[in-house]
Amino acid sequence: MLQLLLHLLVLLLFAPLMLGVITKTKAWFAGRIGAPLLQPYWDLLRLWKKGFVFSRTTTWVFRAGPVVGLVIPILAALLIPFGALSAPFSFNGDLILFVYLFGLSRFFTAAAALDTGSSFEGMGAVREVTFSCLAEPTVLFGLIVLARLSDGLALQNLLGPHLSQAWLTMSAPLGLVVVCLLIVVLVENSRIPFDDPNTHLELTMIHEVMVLDHSGPALGMILYGAAMKMMVLGALVVRLVLPLNTGMLWLDLLIFLGGELLLAVLIGVIESIMARLRMPRIPQMLIGTTLLSAFALVLTLR
Amino acid sequence: MRRTGGGGAMLASLMVLAASFCGSFGVICALLSGSASLWQSAWSVPAGQLSIAIDPLSAVFLLPLFLVFALGSIYGHGYWPQREHPESGRGLRFNYGLLAGAMVLLVVARNGVLFLLGWELMALAGFFLITTEQEKADARRAGFIYLCATHTGTLALFAMFSLLGANTGSLAFPLAGSLATGGTAIFLLALGGFGVKAGMMPLHIWLPGAHAAAPSHASAVLSGIMIKTGIYGLVRVTSFFSEIPPWWGWTILIIGAISGIFGVAFAIAQHDIKRLLAYHSVENIGIIALGIGAALLGRSYHIPQLVLLGMAGALLHVINHGLFKALLFLSAGALIHTTGTREIDQYGGLLRRMPFSGLFFLGGAVAICGLPPFNGFISEWLIYLGLFQTVQGQPLPVSLVLLAMPTLAMIGALAVACFVKVFGVTFLGEPRSEQSRHGHEAPKSMLLAMAGLLISCAWIGLFPTSLAPLLSSAVLSWSSVSAQSLAGPMSPLLLIGISGWVLLSGLALVGFWLWRRARHAPEKVATWGCGFPFPSPRMQYTASSFGDFLVRLFRFGLWSERHGGQVEGVFPARSEFSSHTPDTVLDRLLLPVMAAAAWLFYRIRHLVHNGRVGLYLLYVMLALVVLLTATLP
Repeated sequence: MLQLLLHLLVLLLFAPLMLGVITKTKAWFAGRIGAPLLQPYWDLLRLWKKGFVFSRTTTWVFRAGPVVGLVIPILAALLIPFGALSAPFSFNGDLILFVYLFGLSRFFTAAAALDTGSSFEGMGAVREVTFSCLAEPTVLFGLIVLARLSDGLALQNLLGPHLSQAWLTMSAPLGLVVVCLLIVVLVENSRIPFDDPNTHLELTMIHEVMVLDHSGPALGMILYGAAMKMMVLGALVVRLVLPLNTGMLWLDLLIFLGGELLLAVLIGVIESIMARLRMPRIPQMLIGTTLLSAFALVLTLR
Repeated sequence: MRRTGGGGAMLASLMVLAASFCGSFGVICALLSGSASLWQSAWSVPAGQLSIAIDPLSAVFLLPLFLVFALGSIYGHGYWPQREHPESGRGLRFNYGLLAGAMVLLVVARNGVLFLLGWELMALAGFFLITTEQEKADARRAGFIYLCATHTGTLALFAMFSLLGANTGSLAFPLAGSLATGGTAIFLLALGGFGVKAGMMPLHIWLPGAHAAAPSHASAVLSGIMIKTGIYGLVRVTSFFSEIPPWWGWTILIIGAISGIFGVAFAIAQHDIKRLLAYHSVENIGIIALGIGAALLGRSYHIPQLVLLGMAGALLHVINHGLFKALLFLSAGALIHTTGTREIDQYGGLLRRMPFSGLFFLGGAVAICGLPPFNGFISEWLIYLGLFQTVQGQPLPVSLVLLAMPTLAMIGALAVACFVKVFGVTFLGEPRSEQSRHGHEAPKSMLLAMAGLLISCAWIGLFPTSLAPLLSSAVLSWSSVSAQSLAGPMSPLLLIGISGWVLLSGLALVGFWLWRRARHAPEKVATWGCGFPFPSPRMQYTASSFGDFLVRLFRFGLWSERHGGQVEGVFPARSEFSSHTPDTVLDRLLLPVMAAAAWLFYRIRHLVHNGRVGLYLLYVMLALVVLLTATLP
């Protein structure tokens, strides 16, 4: 019970900080001071206090989008270990539930976008569902590689302490998996080079254009959910790169949170030094990632 | 006074309901008693014997059959009332019942002749259901293609049962695991014959047209239940053999992957809602085939957990697909009932006018995408977990089974894309036509049937453990897996059920809060159109524009036709765009080849059979000479 509370507390309190770190890193690269680190918290608070505006076209499905977008990352976080902190809810095969939960969230976000009847939001919905079709096999290949290296089919076992040993013997496939999962984190969280959360040109956006018509607390729920999703998906990458178990609760927690912050810095750096890919390039890139992760699987099979 | 025949329709429905109730009661009693009792009787048909039995494997196919038939017959009252369809109503009801009876017969039959009798009755009843609207040309065409396909399949089955009979000495079904290896021809004939019925790609040619043409509750039965008899046959025939060569499993696995991916890709390209749903049946048969293929490989390589989980997943998906596909066809029927068209692009904004049908369709869509907390997730999860059993400690060729997992994940993601498209374009946004602007909710009888199916879908998703005993005993009757491996692998089902409840309660809690908070929000503003002041419903994303990105990714298999769409000049004139995706196998390959063959034979007949008596006499003489020389010692 205590473990569950700690897990939730870390998730709910820490997630928006990652967005702040990314913004700060990008500002530092551009030679600006940038928004304060805690700005995302203030943004969420501000949105929380605002009222709603709903288009007259919309139905309850439009309200369901933010609800699902907020609840799913919280539920998914219960399945994944935060570094050395074990997952509160774990069973054989929970990795499939983990992947499919995000599918459910995608379904409702895209449906909510279509509910506005706007062609821009339709565009965003198409891109989101299309790109995830190509990202999904990559995730599965990565999880198979991890399952091959561990004993057990729960995320808890996949990301267990044996990884530090595995890095010595199986560094090549693990390295490929880390790269592929990092790309998946960028795609799923709509970051550059796949999507730009900061542009205001609807034609070029994916995720942002889908949530264009949301307002007030609903928008806040979406932003909060997106931040938690980044932290949850990031936990995969962080644990892979830093598979340290000290046995001391607070030290383990610090290692994990430090890893997440480093990931945020890395995302900020990638966003600063790369341009957005042209839209037709994104499927090619994702198919490339799938092949790369398939290659990682072949390396573990031999 | 003109007789409307409404009383007869009511009587027919009551009989279907009573039969379904008695049937399910019987199946449940047979399951609880535990012993698979065989009932035999003498029969004057040569080589035939009236032997029937219910084992758990039959029960898996019978239970959804009774449920869907009963609910479909309630639905038929609102959808196809006798007074509006005085001509076709009676035939529809008769053939609907006949189809149910034929399928029950073939699923419980334990003799080749009896099985084929049920099979042919089912095929003919299905034909008459498809051609219910025989005044329409496309219904006649669909019915004809179906008849050709199903009889080609039956021919293969005649050969298969003959070989089986020659092998065992009688046409009675052998016991599970009683035949030694050497059934290559039997397996290939079964794969062909049953594959046509199941709609495995590339044998699916009859399916999209046929399911689109039938009345919706008949489509629900054809697509949800009838094509599963092909799966039943395949499962039953493979259970006879004690040793399974690995290539059987690999063949079915590869066919499953092809059916899954291309079934859903074709579905994305469709604009006709019932054709789209029909292609999703091809996809789901693919998923079932992946499970069966995995289980067969598990038997070849002696991995009991792969057998258990793969087969349990496949069988549960048989039940699940029966439920959610029927639900989707029934709610599509509600759309057709109110708007009078099957074109998705004519719908739009219907959720406001049809709140319940929309909700039921959404439930079915979430279920068919295999998303939690509905039933589709449970069966896909079982198949995944089965495939994961080969992740360790297996030699390299067995490990290639793992490649089925990313395939399954991709099928799932494509299905999400497709159903976001259908649900979004149909129920959300602004109405695109006058009919959908004045749409109305379906009659109560139709809603009742849909609600029943949605509740069953949710039940399996939220209480998956309730079906686990049936599934494991069905797998046991297919192949004897060692008993201690049964309980362990399926135990996480309880936790999945709990996670479904957690998900639902979380959604309800946050949703309720948002609803309270947003109750008084203004709803008078228009959607943000990027500053454009005159938005029109025609500017929304349509089914074609939504699918375009994905269709172009799959153009190597789909070969869509695109017409127009080019805008030229600074002040472009009115321009039009249309796209169309015919079936690659049927329209691009089979029909042209058949037409060429017909042309060739027509020419040959002209050449040979030209009406000159002298030439005919020459043929006779030549034939005599050939026969004489051939029979000379």
